Amino acid sequence: MVLVLVLFLVSITIAAYSTFSERKVAAFIQDRLGPNRAGPFGLLQPLADGVKMIMKEEIIPTTSNTILFVGGPAITMITALMTSAVIPWGPSITIAGQKVALQVADINVGVLYVMGVVSLGVYGIMIGGWASNNKFALLGAVRASTQMISYELAMGMSVIAIIMTTGSLSIGNIVHHQNGWHGMEWNIIAQPLGFLIFLICAFAECNRTPFDLPESETELVGGYHTEYSSMKLGFYLFAEYVNMFISSAMITCLYFGGYNFPLMDWVQSNTNEIWFALICVGVFLAKIIFFIFFFMWIRWTIPRFRFDQLMNLGWKVLLPLSILNMLLTGAFIIFNQ
Amino acid sequence: MTIQELIKMINISGGSSEHDHIMHGKEITEKEIKQYNFLNLGPTHPATHGIFQNVLKMDGEIIVDAEPTIGYIHRAFEKLAEHRPFYQIPTITDRLNYCSAPINNIGWHLTVEKLLKIETPKRVDYLRVIIMELARIADHIVCNSVIAVDTGALTGFLYVFQWREKIYEIYEQICGARLTTNIGRIGGFERDFSENVFLNINSFLKEFPKVLSEFEKLVMRNRIFMDRTIDVGKITPERALEYSFSGPNLRAAGVDYDVRVMSPYCSYEDFDFKIPVGTAGDSYDRFCVRQEEMWQSLSIIQQAVQNMPQGSYHADVPEFYLPPKEEVYGSMEGLIWHFKIVMGEIDVPKGQVYHSVEGGNGELGFYLVSDGGRQPYRLHFRRPSFIYYQAYPEMIVGSMLSDAILTMSSMNVIAGELDA
Repeated sequence: MVLVLVLFLVSITIAAYSTFSERKVAAFIQDRLGPNRAGPFGLLQPLADGVKMIMKEEIIPTTSNTILFVGGPAITMITALMTSAVIPWGPSITIAGQKVALQVADINVGVLYVMGVVSLGVYGIMIGGWASNNKFALLGAVRASTQMISYELAMGMSVIAIIMTTGSLSIGNIVHHQNGWHGMEWNIIAQPLGFLIFLICAFAECNRTPFDLPESETELVGGYHTEYSSMKLGFYLFAEYVNMFISSAMITCLYFGGYNFPLMDWVQSNTNEIWFALICVGVFLAKIIFFIFFFMWIRWTIPRFRFDQLMNLGWKVLLPLSILNMLLTGAFIIFNQ
Repeated sequence: MTIQELIKMINISGGSSEHDHIMHGKEITEKEIKQYNFLNLGPTHPATHGIFQNVLKMDGEIIVDAEPTIGYIHRAFEKLAEHRPFYQIPTITDRLNYCSAPINNIGWHLTVEKLLKIETPKRVDYLRVIIMELARIADHIVCNSVIAVDTGALTGFLYVFQWREKIYEIYEQICGARLTTNIGRIGGFERDFSENVFLNINSFLKEFPKVLSEFEKLVMRNRIFMDRTIDVGKITPERALEYSFSGPNLRAAGVDYDVRVMSPYCSYEDFDFKIPVGTAGDSYDRFCVRQEEMWQSLSIIQQAVQNMPQGSYHADVPEFYLPPKEEVYGSMEGLIWHFKIVMGEIDVPKGQVYHSVEGGNGELGFYLVSDGGRQPYRLHFRRPSFIYYQAYPEMIVGSMLSDAILTMSSMNVIAGELDA
């Protein structure tokens, strides 16, 4: 229970500070200063943003379906926060004679759970865009749902290859499996193609550039959240950052060894359990932060696709490649036996 | 997909039977099955960069038909100009294409000088060339970086926009204003360029190429950007000529027409520069042509600064060029000229002239009819944006919504110029 609360707070904090660091990174890339008024170095900016969002007037268009209009952002936010439950933050520690896993729930179908919950997130966007009764919002919602559904396939296929090598759907096991070679047996080495596919699909799932078509402001004004204001808009934007955090965590867990780090067996034998666990959590966080930065770096560097190009990439390139990757992995496993 | 397949698909997905085709005893025809969606792109849309409306008839994301509406910021410039003395008209022309206001301004002054048969000193010509080329760079910076923004790449936009700022600082040092500058006078400039202006121009010439090539590296060969712009918003050279396109948009289609070369004005014949020409007439070619024109403009400015002739910064036309303040306060003649000019009491000769300059986005023409009074009898601006916008529906039909926005920004339709 404590862990749930802690994890919830961590997700929220990381997401909140992602919004801040997004603006700082953008400013850094674009030769600007970025937010620096609220608190030292603008560190209270997320707080100020939150207060602003809550204080703003809430507008629910009269032509919209009120229940669905309110439900949309709620679903998005809930599903975004639900995913973090299965992420292992570090090796288990012993507190008062009890073994405590640094993971809310090590369910044995962890990967499947993440994929499932992430797919549910489409509903939030779809419902929100549809309930707004606005053409731009509808177009954005249609784009979002098509995009997420198409890219989930390739994403799933690339993850299957990982599951085949690990032989488990549990994320805890997958991470533990990458423990060998002094903590360097990461899946990225065995699965570079799968990693690339997963990375691209993760961008698409989060609706980030170059896949930010659903909310491309130069075409669709605001996309699916055109009609939203106040904290409901905040939820949509916030959920995007939570999703980004989850995606980074998943990339780290599946391909970059989770909390494993080089020479970890040596560190383990030289420190006590608690310190070791803390170092692991720190390493995991550092990896996540790097990937969040990577997301932002990409966003401020390259343009976005057109809708048909997006579909082509998803169905004609990524899906065949991921199937090929799966077949190759299978052949390799059989060959090795 | 044929319409039969579509009907079949609707039937399958809707679970309806063959009988549903007949409603009220009438067979549903092709038109009724296909439901189009109407989308108002504008008048205030983040991508229209100004106020104009497009009513798009959409089939999903594909544009079936488009109807542009203009006139949202119509300010009746041509009519307004008929009631103003000549020296007051530049404030109107500045507000046509506000991205390259000095070109409009100098274009107007060249027209008036043509009517009045004023010979300007070489130095005035060269100073004007510098200003016009700076304005062209500023205009192309806006257009090209906005193309990048409309594809979703914001960073390049901010890189080059800082240098648009530097251009504005140069304007500011010349005339005190930044956007709508009113930079020239009939016969030349209000005052000579200071040392500082030349210093700034030189530093701009030195620093800007780095930024511009960085922008090119970021955007020009980017795979996604190329995919987004190549074959988007195409127009054939024949169609472009029929619409009487000009400027970068015509050159992108492959026609090497440039007013600066075809009918040189303002001593453009003294300069050595190339006219970039595209082949496909698509958005990518328009982008590349503008990009190359910026490099050529830089070289023109370089030449102008190097070969700057000595002499006066204005023509000797006391009837139209305000005397210096010392003369106004110190001599009778100065005071009288000042009074007559400011009150617009000086008649111009009868006649009609057409003069065109290579504006930021095409041939900017001024047709001026004078009946000998203090103000024009009739004035018409040939506004390139107005012409491009007529071809817009034709260029976007059949493409997707994202393409429509790119086509718009790559043609650089400026609302101020469009509506006049």
